Amino acid sequence: MSEYITPIRTYLAVFLALMALTTITVAVAFLELGPFNDIAAMGIAITKACLVVLYFMHVRHSSRLTKMVVVAGFLWLFILIAFIMSDYLTRGMISLQGPIG
Amino acid sequence: MQGESSHAFGLAHHFDSFDQQREASYLGMWVFLVTEIMFFGGLFTAYVVYRSGQGAAFAIGSHELDIVLGSINTAVLIGSSLTMALAVWAAQTGRRKAIVAFILATILLGGLFLGIKVVEYSAKFEHHLVPGPNFHWQGPEAPGVEMFFNLYFLMTGLHAAHMVIGIGILLVVAILAWRGSFSPENHNLVEGIGLYWHFVDIVWIFLFPLLYLLGRNIQV
Repeated sequence: MSEYITPIRTYLAVFLALMALTTITVAVAFLELGPFNDIAAMGIAITKACLVVLYFMHVRHSSRLTKMVVVAGFLWLFILIAFIMSDYLTRGMISLQGPIG
Repeated sequence: MQGESSHAFGLAHHFDSFDQQREASYLGMWVFLVTEIMFFGGLFTAYVVYRSGQGAAFAIGSHELDIVLGSINTAVLIGSSLTMALAVWAAQTGRRKAIVAFILATILLGGLFLGIKVVEYSAKFEHHLVPGPNFHWQGPEAPGVEMFFNLYFLMTGLHAAHMVIGIGILLVVAILAWRGSFSPENHNLVEGIGLYWHFVDIVWIFLFPLLYLLGRNIQV
């Protein structure tokens, strides 16, 4: 099992896709979409990051062990943000009664 | 290589084969990058927490950033990721001079990114937007705007520090490549610095929309 060599045309295609997505995300930022501005910006950023990880960083053709380490890394970041925001975004939603409140 | 009494040139004695050596090298680099995800992750979390409470102030802050320079820098950094990927390709296919040329192109684009960043930073100093005693902003959102610029300088500053370190390592790898230290079997150092460089690119891919784009649709 020797190393997979990504052909140059794949790199160029990923580069063009990243540039196109950058143009789209700048254009979308000026539209009035309400909450979908944040969703679009983050959706495009995650798509771009996936392209870089899969093709520029060769994770698509890496071993399962490497893939697991990569997924675990981003999963733990998600846990960090999700658990902290589950605190901050829900403060004041429940009015406590009794000895603690 | 397995079963041979003598090891091939470039193969460390504790590895059975180049495949095993390469796999260990890439996995080790990824474990380091996972710690980097959590390193930057703390700042990203701080951004999410503060923006959730002070969205209006953060919208004002993003309007103060130069979206043209930010967009150009995003393109420059994506371009440097392409040349870095091509340097790895050159190493895999045994093209010695092409490795050096593509690494030098990566260094050049990285330097261009940092140069544009210097122009942006100096404008913030002139406009009194650097947090601290000289920070100046009129209006009720002033504390939130100052927090935005605290996060702006911390996040882009840490990112720029990573780029400076990356350029330093790239210079060393370019010299090693020029001396013919890499072969299609053993070019783990080129792939390793490549993984690092692409990771720094990914950090910017998130910093750019968070700092420059979110809140652009809001009139301030």
